[in-house]
Order: sequence, then C-alpha cells, then structure tokens
Amino acid sequence: MRSGIFSQGTRTTRWAAAGAALALAGILAGCGSGAGGSGDGTLTAYVYGDDAVKVQQAAVDTFNKTSDVKVKLVSVPGTDYVNKLRSAMGSPGAPDIFFNWGGGSIKPYVDSDDLLDLTSTVNEDPALKDGFLPSVMTAGGLDGKIYGVPMRGMQPVMLFYNKALFTEHKIEPPKTWEDLQKAITTFKNAGITPFALGGSDKWPELMWMEYLLDRIGGPEVFRRIQNGDTDGWGDPAVLKTARTVEQLIDDGAFGKNFNSVDYGNGGAPTLLNKGKAAMHLMGSWEYSTQLGKAPEFAAKDLGWTAFPTVAGGVGDPANVVGNPTNYWSVNARTKHKDAALAFLRTMASESYSKALVDNGDIPTTSDAASMLSTSPNPAFANDQYEMVQKAPSFTLSWDQALESRYATPLLTEISKLFAGKSTPEQFVEAMKAAK
Amino acid sequence: MSVHTPHAERGGDRKAAVGSVGRPPVGWAVPGILFFALFAIVPLAIAVYLSFTTWDGLDSPALTGLDNWTRLFKDSEFGQAAWLTLLLTTISWAFQTPVALLLGVWAAGRQRSRAVLSAVFFIPLLLSTTAIAVLFHALLDPNFGVVKEIGPWIGVDPNVMGSSTGALLVVAFVGGWQFMPFHTLIYQGGARQIPEVLYQAASIDGAGMIRQFFHITLPQLRHTMTTSSVLMIVGSLTYFDTVLIMTKGGPGTDTTILPYLMYRTGFQTYDLGYAAAIATALVVVATGLSLLLVRFSGFGSMRSTREGM
Repeated sequence: MRSGIFSQGTRTTRWAAAGAALALAGILAGCGSGAGGSGDGTLTAYVYGDDAVKVQQAAVDTFNKTSDVKVKLVSVPGTDYVNKLRSAMGSPGAPDIFFNWGGGSIKPYVDSDDLLDLTSTVNEDPALKDGFLPSVMTAGGLDGKIYGVPMRGMQPVMLFYNKALFTEHKIEPPKTWEDLQKAITTFKNAGITPFALGGSDKWPELMWMEYLLDRIGGPEVFRRIQNGDTDGWGDPAVLKTARTVEQLIDDGAFGKNFNSVDYGNGGAPTLLNKGKAAMHLMGSWEYSTQLGKAPEFAAKDLGWTAFPTVAGGVGDPANVVGNPTNYWSVNARTKHKDAALAFLRTMASESYSKALVDNGDIPTTSDAASMLSTSPNPAFANDQYEMVQKAPSFTLSWDQALESRYATPLLTEISKLFAGKSTPEQFVEAMKAAK
Repeated sequence: MSVHTPHAERGGDRKAAVGSVGRPPVGWAVPGILFFALFAIVPLAIAVYLSFTTWDGLDSPALTGLDNWTRLFKDSEFGQAAWLTLLLTTISWAFQTPVALLLGVWAAGRQRSRAVLSAVFFIPLLLSTTAIAVLFHALLDPNFGVVKEIGPWIGVDPNVMGSSTGALLVVAFVGGWQFMPFHTLIYQGGARQIPEVLYQAASIDGAGMIRQFFHITLPQLRHTMTTSSVLMIVGSLTYFDTVLIMTKGGPGTDTTILPYLMYRTGFQTYDLGYAAAIATALVVVATGLSLLLVRFSGFGSMRSTREGM
C-alpha cells in the first residue's frame, strides 16, 4: 500500500510517506515483507496457508536439494492471503511465485504486466501441456493465455445429501428438476429443510446461481460476462436464474432462516449431519468438513451427486462449476525465471500428485485416476475425478473468475436477491450497472 | 536527552517547581508528538490525498480530482450506509446512556455487595470484541443457538439475525453490552465527585431519593454525560468488528454501516481511492459531531458544576 505513494506525488507527500514507511519498517521487518525479489539466490513463494501447505513444503524441500536457487515458501494465513498478496505485489518486496485461483483473481496483475506469460512455456513442454486436465488448464487462464500451473487439488461444487433421510422417505437423490421439486415437497412436509444454505456467508448462495445459470443457459452466458461484457447480465438466462432462485425461496427449499445460517462456523454442515436438512450444495471440501465434524455421518450417511438438470435449460448436465484448482503464477520481475519455471515443472511430477492424493486432495493431472486407490476416501475421490474429467466445461467460481471490483458488488447483489431485498429484475439491472 | 527536568534542577523542592515553572519544557512532548504525527496525522493526510485519486493498490495512484467526492454524494449505497450509521449511533446512545448512568450512580454508592457486583458488570469490557461477536453469533444461531430454545419464550424470533431490523438491533445491543461497563465506570467516577453536602442539604429540605437524583445527581453529571456521549458517538461511528464477524453487512446490505462499506470498498473491491473518500467523510462527520456536542452542552466554556458553592 505504501510503496505506490513513493512513485508519485509531491515532495511533501513523499517525505511524509517515507517517514511513515520508516516507522512501519521496524514493525513489518519481522513479517517477511522485505523478502523476495532480491538477487541473493532465493525465490519467495506465497502460498495460501491451510492444511495443504505441508504438501507444497515437501515439494519445496525436494526442489531445494538439487537446485542452486532455493525456494522460500511463505505461508500466509488464509483469511489474510488476498490482501497480503495485493499489498506485496504493489511493493518492491513482491513474491517471485504465488498461489492464486486463476481468472479474475490474477486479472489486475496481468493488467499491470506483473505476470509472466506461461503460454509458450507450457505449450513447448509436453509434461506440462499434456500433464493436466485440459478443462482445468483453460479455466485458470485469461484471454486465451496461460498464466498459471495447477498446484493443488480440484474443488468442484457437488450436491451432498443425507442418505438416511432419503432412505427413510423412500426417494432418490434428484437427477432432474422434477425430482428436485418432489424432494422439496417431501422433505418440507416431513418438517425437514430440503437444502441447507449458509446464506450469511453469501458465497454459498453464489453456488446456486452458478449451477442454475449453467444448466439454464449453458456456460457461454457467464463466459461472456467473464470476458468483460457487463451487458451479458442482460441475457434472458440470467433473469430466469434469478427467478428460479426466487421460486425456490418461495417454495421453502432453503427453509426460513437461511439468511442467518453460516458455513464458516459450521451452521449449514451441522444441519445436514444432524438430519435437519436433506441436501447441501457445496464445494467438494464439504467431505473433509463432515469428516472432521461428524466422522460417523461422513462414513455412513453422506452421499454426493451432480447438480440436477433444470427444466427447459440448454446447458449440458455434465458441466461442473467450482474451483478447478489453484495455480502457481510467476512474477514478471523475478530474477530467477529459469529456476521458477523449473520449480513449476515439478508440479506435474508423479511424486507431487502422489503427495496430494495422500493428503486427501484429488490432483488435476491427467494420470491421477490410477493413483486414487490410495486416497483416504477412494470412492469419493474417484467420483469427483470422473465428474471433472468428463465435464465439457468447468466454470470457475464467479467470485474468483471476476475481478474483485465486480465480484464484491456481485456477492452483495446476490445476498440482496436471496434476502428478498431486491427482485430478479432489480438484480439484473444492478449487475448490468456495476462498474 | 539534553532536556533538563525541572525536578532535578530544583532538587527536592517540588512545591516551588509547581508554582514557578508551571509546565515542563516542550522537549517532553516531542516523543508524543512524533508518535502521533507518524501514526495519526500522516496516515490521515495520505487518506485525504488518496480520496482525490483512483488507486487499485498495484499501480501508482492517479489523480482524478473531485470524482470520488461527487460519486459519494450520488451513491445510493453510501446514502443507505450513512443512514444506517446514524440509526445505529442513535440507538446505541439511547440504549447505553440510561443504563450506564443508573448503574454508574448506583455503583458510586456504598451499598453492600456493590464492589462484587461492579466487578461482575465490568467483565464484558475485558473480553475482546472479536470473542464477543463470535460468542453472540453462536448464541443467535437460528438452528443450534440458545435463541432457538429461549427466543420464543421472550418473544424473540430465532431468525433475528436474518431480518433487517433484527440484525441492526443485535449489532447495537452487542456493542452496548460490551461498552456499557466502560461508561458505567465514567459515571461512577463522576457521581463520586458530587459533594456529599448537596445531598445532606437536600435531605434536610425534605427531598426524596428521586428528587435528589433529578435535581442534584443529573445536573452535576452534565460534563460526565458529555464526555461519555462523545465517546459513545465516535465509537458508534467507527464500529466495525462486530458487523464484520456477525452480519458481514447483511442481510443484503441492511447492516452495511459506513466503516464496513469503507472496508468492503477498500479491501474487497480494491477501490482504494473511493474508500479513502468514505474514510475522510467519516472523519469529518465524527469530528464535526464531537465539536457540536461539546459546544452545545456548554462543556467547552469550562463552567464548573460547583459554581456558587
């Protein structure tokens, strides 16, 4: 944040900023902000700090054994990651390599020429080009160019359900819109919330919008929006999606109090595992969440399936939305480009995929299928991999695919739509007007 | 340090030092001034400067003149946020002041078990805001929180956090619950300063407890009330953490108060120029309100509450 001020402005502001920076330097010195980018033979890599970091740390350790240029992994705690990266990228202490979600999450960096274009590197290297699932490789790019190499597991959004409840009420998990409506009526009559929804976190509501629009209008509708055409929100499919949401809410599909239920603190997952809700549309991490919260339920009664078809929709029911994976991107100003690329190549290696599998992740490499038998949950891993492998299109979560200046208003507008504070028509108008 | 301390110069003669020197040399204030300048004035000046620019945090800020400011006055979201902030401030003040005042006056007395109860009342202030917000969020969970069990008994809808009015009231209540002990403490201190002789005179004249409260305690606490109110109002204007943790500005945008709107614009949308404009507007309003309050309450003229005694 501070460094931008140095490059411009009057002498006074520069001095003022220098003074402030000086004072802060002492405080920040311990945070590793000053690291990276320097010519001392190290590459700084920022990674989203969660349980999976140990897999990346192991990869870094292996790489450092043979490389002259050492990689230094900086694990930034999850909630701070986006902000910390943003501030660091605008400063001389920017990382050389960093974790991201592809798409809109890297758009600002691409726009300010901060990223290395990896298109030719990937295309000239069969290990990278054929090493990963094509839908995953494309989803992380921008304007047909590749800026990132997949480095973690896939996270498609799936429909999770409580098997015991479905057996008890003698119905099958929904495959079509008709099934879904039947399930809503059945469960509502039994006093069970048909779908758990963590509305206070907003992004779980987004998942419904993503799948509904994909099923109703196909992935092209959002692709147009993602490519920067805000008029794309005016597509009739968007209005139909918003109306479908309104209808679902009126039908009581999410119960009455989903607005104050959250995902983060365990509200929605608990509804599912306590049998108070029958289904839950969520990212594949729901499996490990349930495994942690209610191991018995996860092992016995947790079922999963694809999102059903929507009546009159033109989208392929095999399409998937969610987070295809995470990517490593390289800072264009790095002093050790070759070493950085060499490190990225290790992501396609069999040993790295194996490490991901052992951690419970499902790698996005093309040969991952053969390794999944050693996964802690082979059945779930196989279904998930197959779902993504067969998907003609994998739409990246909208809040990651769009730049934050569109994504934040989008989440707000969706929250208003679900809370009944705006009509489907108002939602469309507001999104068209977002700037 | 080249600065001599007056005490050292004058040896043990402290009385003389107070009388003739009055104040220590300016050098004593330098560390404080420097610190304040670096961490308050400079960032404030930078925020004002940024409010005239457009900046995404990556490239250099580009001057755009008054763009952010004209946008501010046309932005319906800003308007709503300003209204909600005003509402929250009013509710917080109206909720906290009477309770803190009564508790404070009570705590200033010499009843039995007063000290123990005062200590208990003080506990909320010792907890971190984040912990309190997380705690209340759990209590108010519509499916698994306490509110599901006891809510219907006391006429509270378990989905209180899901309704617009409910969410705002909850935010005001949680803030009040946390900061009331602090204001109680201020009122306790104020009430202890009231000379006992006033009450003795009133009792002789036959005034009961209630009359004493309205005719002695309240007027005597005038300045205390101003202090507490300024702190309360400025506190409500910059209220943020509870909203972030409990409601995230929702449902919809119904608890998106100005500080949260600023955070969302700055650190989620990365429209740092516009966020700086919101922040600057907030500073101006908060300063203006405090000045107004001080002026109209007669606090500024420094008239003693003991005049004529």
